[in-house]
Amino acid sequence: MSEEPLFDPSLKKRKKKQVQFTVDPLGADADPTAPAPETIEPTTADGTAVDLGPATAHERMKLNGEGEAAPKPAEEEDIKAMFGDLKKKKKKKEIPMDFGDDSGASTPVPAGTSTPDAGASGEAVEDLDFSDLKKKKKSKKKANFDLEAFEKELKSTSGADAGGDADDDGEPAPAVDLDDDADLGDDPFAQPSVGEVLASVGSGNEAWLGSDRDYTYPELLGRFYESLHLANPSLLSASGGKRYTIAPPSIHREGTKRSIFANVSDICKKMHRQPEHVIAFLFSELGTNGSVDGAGQLVIKGRFQQKQIENVLRRYIVEYVTCKTCKSPDTLLTKENRIFFMACESCGSRRSVNAIKSGFVAQVGKRSRNKTG
Amino acid sequence: MSVQNLATFDPFADEGDPLGDSQDVGSQADYIHIRIQQRNGRKTLTTLQGLPKQYDPKKLLKAFKKEFACNGTLVDDEKMGQVIQLQGDQRAKISTFLIEHEVDKATIKVHGF
Repeated sequence: MSEEPLFDPSLKKRKKKQVQFTVDPLGADADPTAPAPETIEPTTADGTAVDLGPATAHERMKLNGEGEAAPKPAEEEDIKAMFGDLKKKKKKKEIPMDFGDDSGASTPVPAGTSTPDAGASGEAVEDLDFSDLKKKKKSKKKANFDLEAFEKELKSTSGADAGGDADDDGEPAPAVDLDDDADLGDDPFAQPSVGEVLASVGSGNEAWLGSDRDYTYPELLGRFYESLHLANPSLLSASGGKRYTIAPPSIHREGTKRSIFANVSDICKKMHRQPEHVIAFLFSELGTNGSVDGAGQLVIKGRFQQKQIENVLRRYIVEYVTCKTCKSPDTLLTKENRIFFMACESCGSRRSVNAIKSGFVAQVGKRSRNKTG
Repeated sequence: MSVQNLATFDPFADEGDPLGDSQDVGSQADYIHIRIQQRNGRKTLTTLQGLPKQYDPKKLLKAFKKEFACNGTLVDDEKMGQVIQLQGDQRAKISTFLIEHEVDKATIKVHGF
């Protein structure tokens, strides 16, 4: 047997200096090549909320600022991720089938067959990457607010939004008075969609100015954040800029039957997880076993490629590292009463996580070698 | 008047361990697990475990074999019950097959790389 890539139909030869360790922001359900569906259900089939994305108006504003005008760059940005490296990003985009596989959910869909529904995933679908929920956020907005009627307005004012965005991004303008930049948004709509409100406030003509109706909560909230960010431009960059990056796993082949995962301890340290836990997960997912050698490297039985290990690690991160509530990777895993609990350091949420169970392992190889089987 | 909240005895003391002795602590038993295993060379094995009771594993296996053009067998495991075992990497095919036949997508878990 050759030393060539095995077991991976969709593998392309690529140089892997730095790897994007992200999960498809649309989750496993989406074919990354296909344009994002106009509306995405905020929940997956199993009822889990998909959008773990920015929930605060803070982040929404940021998204609004970046995402509205340029969906394409946004999509590219989605790809930028945990193993962040920009060139890689482009590449990934060109080889979209990778994505189907990469999406942290468990179905590696063969290239080409992945339709938005084909990628089956039992897990809650979420991404690891916190700052790039733009597309999703947008569609969620559409789903939430009755935007059917205002879609047109949205389109017609997207130019104005872009203007506003430029202001948001480019020139933090702490000195600009709230009511002075009337040149930006001449948004005529008076509807309380958060995004639109966010886009329109600060432009001097808040939606309620023309009428004598009451203010709605989202409008006021948007207005609050607008003035907050005008006063403190640093908040915007601080809230969304952080990305969770991890060095790609380095996998070598030892002989023909074993693979060596060299930097397992580094990665564990980076994720703040016990190596034993990570290793147990790897073994149960790969349906194999192995050992840790003297140098702290993990020797895995079977041939595995970096990409494959990466996929498994990605899934590990989704399941055991990132907080489901706030998506922060800053979590602690503790064991109480035989149950693992994951406590988030940044938002304080606490949830139980599945125990690692290896499940059925078929007997491979000679029967005489395996006394227990 | 005594303050009830400050009573020192634990009203749940005789409840014991709420988790009981079940082995399934912290795991979801009702998932359909699809796993892959490497064999020698570039051969693989796909296993399907945790099939709900209402499906006949024999019939399903037959359908799988026909549909995916592979061989397969039904393995009896003491712990896991009956497990369908197919030759080759059929994970994606199995999951699409099951989804097409109205198995809830959320209950299917595909493992492996």
